[in-house]
Order: sequence, then C-alpha cells, then structure tokens
Amino acid sequence: MVTYIIRRLIGAVIMLLIVSMATFAIFFLVPQLAGATPEGMASRYVGRTATAETAKLAAERLGFNDPLVVQYGRFVKGIVAGAEYDYGPGVEECPAPCLGYSFITRQPVFPDLMNRLPITLSLAIGAAVIWVIMGVGIGVLSALRRGSVFDRAAMTVALAGVSLPIFFTGLVSLLVFSYGNPFSFAAQGGHYTTFLDSPSQWAYNLLLPWITLAFLFAATYARLTRAGMLETMNEDYIRTARAKGLRESTVVTKHGLRAALTPILTVFGLDFGLLIGGAVLTESAYSLPGLGKYAIDAIVNQDLPKVMGVTLLAALFVVVASLIVDLLYAVVDPRVRLA
Amino acid sequence: MSFLELKDLKIHFPTDDGLVKSVDGLTFSLERGSTLGIVGESGSGKSVTSLGILGLHKGGHARISGEIWLDGEELVSASQEHVRGLRGKKMAMIFQDPLSAMHPYYTVGDQIVEAYRIHHSVSKKVARKHAIDMLGRVGIPEPGRRVDAYPHEFSGGMRQRAMIAMALSCDPELLIADEPTTALDVTVQAQILDLMRDLQREFNSALIIITHDLGVVAELSDDILVMYGGKCIEYGAAEDIFYRPEHPYTWGLLGSMPRLDRERTERLMPIKGSPPSLINIPPGCAFHPRCPYSDRTQGKADTEVPALLETEGGHLVRCHMPREERRSLWENEIKPMLETT
Ligand SMILES: Nc1ncnc2c1ncn2[C@@H]1O[C@H](COP(=O)(O)OP(=O)(O)OP(=O)(O)O)[C@@H](O)[C@H]1O
Ligand code: SF4
Ligand SMILES: [Mg+2]
Repeated sequence: MVTYIIRRLIGAVIMLLIVSMATFAIFFLVPQLAGATPEGMASRYVGRTATAETAKLAAERLGFNDPLVVQYGRFVKGIVAGAEYDYGPGVEECPAPCLGYSFITRQPVFPDLMNRLPITLSLAIGAAVIWVIMGVGIGVLSALRRGSVFDRAAMTVALAGVSLPIFFTGLVSLLVFSYGNPFSFAAQGGHYTTFLDSPSQWAYNLLLPWITLAFLFAATYARLTRAGMLETMNEDYIRTARAKGLRESTVVTKHGLRAALTPILTVFGLDFGLLIGGAVLTESAYSLPGLGKYAIDAIVNQDLPKVMGVTLLAALFVVVASLIVDLLYAVVDPRVRLA
Repeated sequence: MSFLELKDLKIHFPTDDGLVKSVDGLTFSLERGSTLGIVGESGSGKSVTSLGILGLHKGGHARISGEIWLDGEELVSASQEHVRGLRGKKMAMIFQDPLSAMHPYYTVGDQIVEAYRIHHSVSKKVARKHAIDMLGRVGIPEPGRRVDAYPHEFSGGMRQRAMIAMALSCDPELLIADEPTTALDVTVQAQILDLMRDLQREFNSALIIITHDLGVVAELSDDILVMYGGKCIEYGAAEDIFYRPEHPYTWGLLGSMPRLDRERTERLMPIKGSPPSLINIPPGCAFHPRCPYSDRTQGKADTEVPALLETEGGHLVRCHMPREERRSLWENEIKPMLETT
C-alpha cells in the first residue's frame, strides 16, 4: 500500500514535469522552430504596437536569444521562485508561483486565475452534485427495469444528451428556463455572487449553468451506470448475496452498486479535474467569468501568457485529479492494494 | 412427509429463441441427515433446480410450476419475501467458483458477518466472533487473522472452506452444494468433500450435492438422482446407481468417470454426441440420438416419452428397454467392460 502511494506520487511529479515541458514547448519552442524570430516572440509579449526597436530590446531583455535550456530553466524557476520581467521601459514583478505575466493588462496571470477559480469551482461542484445524483440514479433504475418504458425513455434522452453539443443544450435551456414562464425563477446568466456573500443568490445565479452542464454529464453517467449495473448484477457474488437472504435493496446497493461505481469513480475524477480547469463552453454560453471564459478571452486577445497560465493550471488539476483517483481506487477496491 | 419434497417441479424460461425447459417435471424427496447427489452433464438443469429450491428464480421471467415442500411449507406458491426469510437460515447454498461467488470488495469475515446478522440480531462484535469460530471449524488456520483477509488473498481450497463457513453460519437445515469442488484440484477436492461430510453429520442437515462427476458423490450420497435434459432419468440408492444401474446414460456416466489410477482426462467410454438443446428436446426419449441401444425399444425411442418407473425398492428408471434386457446388458457387457479396462 505504501509503495503503491509512493509510486503514484512519483508518477504525478513526473507527469507535472512533462506537462511543464509540453507547455513550454507549445508556447516557446514550437513558434521558434516554426521560424518566429526572438523579436517576433517578444512582440507577442509586449504587444503588436511596439516598434521594431523596442521589440528587439524586449527580446534581448526577456531572454529570447538565450539557448532553449536556459529559457526552460527560467520558465520553471518563475513557477517556483517568481520572476521579474525587465522589458526595457520598466521592470514588472511576477511573484511565485509565476505562471506568466500579461504585458497587455500589465498584471501577473496567477492572481487573475485565483480570482476566476471560485467561479469555475462553484459551477463544477454544483453541476457535479446534480449530474452524479441524476446520472447514477437514473442509470441504476434503468438497469433494474431494463427494457421498461422508463429505461427506454431515459436512454433516449441520455443518447441525445451525449450526442448534442453543449452550444445546443445550453441555448435550449436558456430558452426554456429563461423565457418559458414555468422556469423563470432562474437567472439568465452573466451574474455571479460569491457563496460567502449570499448562498441563495449564488445558487440562484448558477442554477441554469449547473443544469446545462449537468445534463450533458448526467447523460454519460446514466449510460455508464446502467451498463455497469447490468454487468455487476449478473455476477456470481450477487447471486450469493441473494442466497444469503439479503433484502433486494441491500443486494442492489451494497453489493451491486458498490462494484459498479468503481469505474465511474475514475471517470468522475478525470471529468471533474478537467472541468475545474475551465468549463469553456458553459462559461461562454452564460458569460460567467470563470477560468474557461478567461481562456477564451485570452485567446481572442492573443494574450499569450494568459493562455499559457490557464493551460498550466488546468493541466495541474488534471494531474492532481488522476492522482486522487488512483489513491481512492486503492481504498475502494482492495485488489488494487496488492498491485 | 419428508423434510424436502419436490413434486413435478418445472422451471421454464421464455426466451427469444423459444421456451427453455431447464427443469421439466422433477420429483424427489430428502430427509434430514441424509445426502442426495444430483448428477448430470453440463446444461442438464442442475443449477436451475438448486436455485429454484432457494426461490432465486422468483420475480424473474421464469415460469415455475409444481411444488416444493420444505419442512411442511410449500415454497412455489409462497411470497418472495417469505422465501427470502428462509434463505440463509433454513436453506443455504455453496457455489461452484468461490472466487467469483464472493464479493471482491469485502473481507471474508465481513461477508460471513453479513450472512449471520441477516438472521440474528447481534452486535458486529458478536457476529465477528462467530465468523472466526466458523472459519476455525472449516479448518482455516489462524482464523482470527484470516477473518480480515479478502477473498483474493485466499487459495482456492481455503476460499471454498470460507464459502462453506458462510453457508453454515446460520445452521441451515438444508444445504445445497452446486459443484463445490469443480474449481479445485484433486487432493483439495477430497479434503473439501470430507469436510462437508463431517459438517453434515455435526449439523444433521439435509445435503444436496450437485456435480457432473459421479466420483464426487460416490462416497457421500445416500441417494443419487441422474438428470438428463431437465428430467430425472434414473433415481435410487447410491448402491443401486453404482452396482445395478439400468439406464444407458448412467452407464455412460460411469464409463466416463475419472479414476484415481488413471490420468484425469482419460475416459473409458465417453458418451457420444452432446447434450440436447433444452428448447428442442428430442421427441420420445431425450437420450435417443446418443443412445447405443435405441434400436432395442420396439420403435418407441423417438416417438414416446418413457415414463419413470420403479424397477424395485425405490429404484426408478426412465427407459423403454425391457427390464430383463437392461439387466443382462449391464451384467454381461457393461460391467465387465468397466471392470477390465
Ligand atoms: N435465466 C435463464 N434464462 C434462460 N435460460 C436459462 C436460464 N438459466 C439457465 N438457463 C438454461 O437452462 C439450462 C440448464 O442450466 P443449468 O445451469 O441448470 O445447467 P447445469 O446442469 O447446472 O450445468 P453445468 O454443469 O454447466 O452447471 C441451460 O441450457 C441454460 O442455458
Ligand atoms: S429409451 Fe431407448 S433410447 Fe432412451 S435410453 Fe432407453 S434404450 Fe436408450
Ligand atoms: Mg450448474
């Protein structure tokens, strides 16, 4: 068990190193290999309007003329110890963890990200609660009533949910919930109140995005749960559980669902990890200023350090999520502990 | 009335391909303290019968008719909830493959504790003591430590012992063992069978052992029931089946019995062909397409279903062949062949 944990931890650290290299490669190496001059690179940082002179100076100061290894070292050092950007006209401070410095807004990226994170987190947590309860619940019922009207209806809707893009479901639920009177209790998006300020207002504003986002995931989870339950309920140990004289409800939950949920846990961990790095489409559809919206805006404005920062953070979330999933797996499935 | 009585039990499954007649009119009885061996090839309906006795087909799509009397109570017409209350306590079951039959996520101890606490309202601590006790009784060394192990941490034989401990935890009066040793190697097989016999004596329970291998039930059973295509084709005391068998299918089973002095895989006279489809059971005698003597039944083999008739003293045979002919065939041809080779 201890070796298992240590192995996973080492694996996670290696993953983070690889992620940092990959990000570095995408944002520094590839453009340079593709023929971008140091001046060109620098001008992306200080802005298009810069003159050739200032760009050249900036390239020098920002170190784009240095060997790649040195550039990568500086990149990592920035994350760990912070960095200072001396681009000519002045020096900009970027305290650790420096995930980049935007020369367009003249601000380090990391504090920005931390401001946006609660919004994305709120969105993800609320949606996750809805989709897990809905998805697993519907999946279990469908499996137990296989072939029934309920099963068929649920699986048809789920198939639609899986197949339709979120632009579409987002717009439809906007229409239904905001303009159709029965549901006009929900906010139309674009507003965010922190949980600490007012929990009810927080939920009110997020309800619609939650439902939109959860619908998509609930569909996937319902299908996964149904398939998993159909499989486990056929296992020999389910028959044993019944032969002991257990109540059917105990057989289904303690013996069936327990086993069927294990693979779903993995999927959930990765989905959630991916989601808190920015629910790009939902945040855009509802104009919620979360990490996903931040990323989109950064791309539109060609603000490279911001794009890079949000990428790094999202990658970190995924690595951490998969680490947690691995560790949880060992708690849930005793057979993993030996491996 | 006997402790357990089945009367014309039928368990049929409607499927897309047709009606599967897995059990088709089974009648037998069993007393407390005695053992019945049910023998037959794969697909003859043995497991469906045992699950049927436990009421595990109830609520599914199976069509069940006939009667199952357990200790004076009829179970086919009883409610699902009532039969559930009997499972584990009044009747229990041991399954073929203990690795897949035990839940991989719970310790062996937890699974025994669970079985015990369904029928006894005691604290977890008391149930755990009982579980350790049971594990010790089925011969698991260091039961106080092994109780917290997971099924995958046990060897095959130990797992089957644990499974037996679980089944016996509530002192069932009827114990059904469905191929309890098939997944085990030969020496472990013998140990498990010995254990089951000892425990049965100790608990004075009625025991049904299901197997496709006559050798397994040879020493253990008082009575033996041979199944073919969902029907009983020969039934009698173990001595009748071993020393005076009268059905050609039973002869085939005896001939294909693995023997200790040979390689396990080597069979003397294997039964030709394969078991019948339970959707299209051959007309007349279900065994006739595979029977070497089907020409000796006055043309009735493929037209008329033979009745299960008593030859003598509770020995029942389902075959059209005249009784004298069956006996002389056994005495003069089959028996000498089994003995010499
Ligand atoms: N739920 C079910 N639905 C349809 N057919 C079934 C069902 N359960 C069992 N059967 C069929 O009933 C027949 C008898 O099965 P059963 O499991 O009783 O055989 P068995 O004698 O125990 O064989 P084995 O030695 O392989 O365990 C098989 O052909 C099987 O396909
Ligand atoms: S009835 Fe005929 S075919 Fe069937 S077992 Fe007897 S001899 Fe063989
Ligand atoms: Mg079977």
